[in-house]
Amino acid sequence: MTEVLAADRGAPPVPPSVKGAAWRKAGRYLALSVAAFIVLFPIYSAVVVAIQPAQALLKWPGILIPTDFDFGTFGEAFNQGHLGRFLRNSLIQSSLTTVAQVTTSVLAAYAFAFLRFPGKRWVFYAFLATLMVPTEVIIVAQFQIVSDLGWLNSYAGLVVPFVAWTFGTFMIRQSFLNVPGDLRDATALDGYGHAGFMWHVAIPLARPAIAGLSVFSFLYAWNQYLWPLLVADDPNVRTIQIGLKSLNSANVDELNLVMAGTIIAALPIALVLIVFQRHLVRGLTAGAVKG
Amino acid sequence: MAHIDFDRVTKRFGDVEAVSDLSLHVDDGDFLVLLGPSGCGKSTLLRMLAGLDEPTEGVIEIAGEPVNNVEPKDRDIAMVFQSYALYPHKTVRANIEFPLRPRKVPKDERRKMAEEAADQLGLTDLLERKPGQLSGGQRQRVALARAIVRRPVAFLMDEPLSNLDAKLRTQTRAELVELQRRLGTTFVYVTHDQVEAMTMAKRVAVMKEGVLQQVGPPTEVYDKPANLFVARFIGNPPMNTLPGAAEGGTITVAGGNIPAPARSAALPKEVVVGVRPERLTVGSPDGPGFRVKLRVVESLGHEQLLVCDAEDGTAIVARLDPDEVAPAEGSTVTLMADAGHLHLFDPTTTERID
Amino acid sequence: MQGTPAFDTGGEEAGFGRKKLREIPLALLLLAPSLLIYSVFVFYPMGRTIWLGFYREDPFGGRVYAGFEQYADVLSSSDFRHSLWVTLLFAMITVGFGLVFGVTLATLAHQRIKGVTVFRTIFSSTVATSVAVASLIWLVLFQPSIGIVNQFLKSIGREPVQWLLDSSTALFAVAATTVWQNLGITFIILIAGLQGIPDDLYESARVDGASSWLQFREITLPMLSPTLLFVSVILTINAFQSFGQIDLLTQGGPSDSTNVIVYSIYQEAFQNRNAGVASAQAVILFIIVLTLSLVQFTFFERRVHYAGGES
Repeated sequence: MTEVLAADRGAPPVPPSVKGAAWRKAGRYLALSVAAFIVLFPIYSAVVVAIQPAQALLKWPGILIPTDFDFGTFGEAFNQGHLGRFLRNSLIQSSLTTVAQVTTSVLAAYAFAFLRFPGKRWVFYAFLATLMVPTEVIIVAQFQIVSDLGWLNSYAGLVVPFVAWTFGTFMIRQSFLNVPGDLRDATALDGYGHAGFMWHVAIPLARPAIAGLSVFSFLYAWNQYLWPLLVADDPNVRTIQIGLKSLNSANVDELNLVMAGTIIAALPIALVLIVFQRHLVRGLTAGAVKG
Repeated sequence: MAHIDFDRVTKRFGDVEAVSDLSLHVDDGDFLVLLGPSGCGKSTLLRMLAGLDEPTEGVIEIAGEPVNNVEPKDRDIAMVFQSYALYPHKTVRANIEFPLRPRKVPKDERRKMAEEAADQLGLTDLLERKPGQLSGGQRQRVALARAIVRRPVAFLMDEPLSNLDAKLRTQTRAELVELQRRLGTTFVYVTHDQVEAMTMAKRVAVMKEGVLQQVGPPTEVYDKPANLFVARFIGNPPMNTLPGAAEGGTITVAGGNIPAPARSAALPKEVVVGVRPERLTVGSPDGPGFRVKLRVVESLGHEQLLVCDAEDGTAIVARLDPDEVAPAEGSTVTLMADAGHLHLFDPTTTERID
Repeated sequence: MQGTPAFDTGGEEAGFGRKKLREIPLALLLLAPSLLIYSVFVFYPMGRTIWLGFYREDPFGGRVYAGFEQYADVLSSSDFRHSLWVTLLFAMITVGFGLVFGVTLATLAHQRIKGVTVFRTIFSSTVATSVAVASLIWLVLFQPSIGIVNQFLKSIGREPVQWLLDSSTALFAVAATTVWQNLGITFIILIAGLQGIPDDLYESARVDGASSWLQFREITLPMLSPTLLFVSVILTINAFQSFGQIDLLTQGGPSDSTNVIVYSIYQEAFQNRNAGVASAQAVILFIIVLTLSLVQFTFFERRVHYAGGES
């Protein structure tokens, strides 16, 4: 995201000393600020609600500008909503998913990029076909299968159906395809087979893509809603997203509590994105840019 | 140290024959240059020797053992690629040590061997850098160091100098020759540049369209080209080749007559006469030789080139020393060469007539 | 000449494993995990979903074969048709507004002025929100008595609206939530697309005296069209698969006004215990999404201008 956010290619520069340039510039900043305000307002509102006691919200302008403070809502939401447990569960579920997805993607991508075998084209088409099948369509059957396997309310049920990942596979395959052919020959001559080449050369060179995909995978797993709702209702494995739902159901009228819980739930992923944003975008675009 | 044999090697890619029925012997300690234009099969041959491609037919032997089914890593050879193929994410040291790891060389010894190889190529100060921080010439030396460190029985090189600028190329040429003399290892070197071939090789193997044209020391290939292709490919400016008619003891060629040089058998009616530019001298206007019109005199400082046209329009180039007086541009000139420097080729087979 | 063919083509293999067959065991090893998971959790469920669609649940917990009749029933049921309509409407709103707002934000942020990076970070910030987070935030915004939207309306003298409880506004409210949540990713993709447009096109237009609006219409939009197509396909698929926001905000109501197809499937399967009906609906959803994606691609592909082609 840093590159995208910082790049200026194609951006029209502000024209120099032309009459009214100052006005124009002010106008741009105004437009940007208005847009930023609109985008951020819901988040601002959530914070304003979360830090006030319930009574302060009933009177205007409590809902817009804080008139009284009660930071205890966060502790209350955390404890009452068992958010700590749900955050932990989400962490486990997302981490497992990410590790598994990246692993299968790297392995499969290697096979596509560096191996020749009969039927390769058909396997490729099979992977492509999975892109056509959205999870929501097969959710009922998937539930039955996971249930039959005895995996309801377990991390296995949460994670395993998603372990194979075509998007990730293709991104890493693209990265692998960018490895110069000469390097493969050199490695062969230097005495390494496929395992050595994969470990010493291919994977290190695909590191940006792998890093970016890891962040993306984690983000996606963390934000899943429908599947955890169906499969992981037991509080021992319930994820934070479903935890928010139960928090809301239990405290429908206590907006400040719900908002406090929501903010707690949103913080981890916001942090992850801030820290890893550069990896994310570089990884997602690394596969696409050649050379 | 090993000798190498190609025994009737053929390589086909679908319908295309990249290498045709090629047989070649490389002595132990030889510096053999595979020379030819793009697409002549020289790189393919090298890759087959390395084990990166498999011959469709024929046998390749290293040190007397057939290696067709031997993996590249087991052939005890090292290769330097045109692009150097350095591992961009590893340091120079790690690059050089890399071939030693699968051979179970213990860590300390690896370090020592790598440092020795680096030292031999003047890379000691660059050991901790990554390839991206090095110049082209330095990268090339890293590639060489990585090849040397294994002490293979043969070095394979695929146009290693083509990515260097001209000055560096000349310098590196000499260094490579020195290296080979010092190591005494067999070198098999691929290039399209005949200057490289002539200056570095102990023996040159000229290839065209997958077929071996001639093998021999550079002087032999230069002075006794086996066919028209070799004759024209080697030498700069290229050899002049002119069609002529042989009758009695004379050959009519390029609007003039020359006495037919002695040959072991009778000459065919039609021949192609070849003569190198530097062997041509300006002869007397009525004497034997080629009758040409001098179009331009090119003064290059260290030599003069007379660009001429024969009667039938064929271009002929003659080379004079810088001090010789050149005839006037536009004048008709007779060019002559000694019988010993005249080459004769059969127009149909393009082969040399001895 | 390198002599090294490119990877992954039908050409001769270079490097290791010259023989095709030699690499089968390794290929199997590397692909087996993915293929196994796909077989069990994607291909088999897809087949099973279609199969389930042919069966009806009888009151005693068993299954009765119903064949294509079930599909016909589903297609002709007014409830399902209503769901289809709701989903379609929802998609149109979210995609339409999503594109407009996305392009607006991207254009605004695509300027070389000081501090623009801050704005870009702000515009992409909704990427960090999940469906649950975004929905709950807007739940509070739409709260009928103290939510900011209604308080604002009251302050300008208008009647408060029961956003999520009024069947004429509920879908728009849920759409608003979705559009807001999608702003982040839409913005990121679109601004990357804008940055792919070469400078010199704009420069030559400026030299020719073209106004900003003209530049936008004649350069930006055509050059951006592949990205716009991409974003619209993503947003459409996303709209048809929406579930979380409905589950948290309206639970399909009021009066089924937000009962999108996925929610309907969820209700049929897990609340009404009609796996058969739900599956039939799912298969129909699948066909619709597939068709829509194809239609979007082929129809708009012709309108889309690719650099080097004719606009």
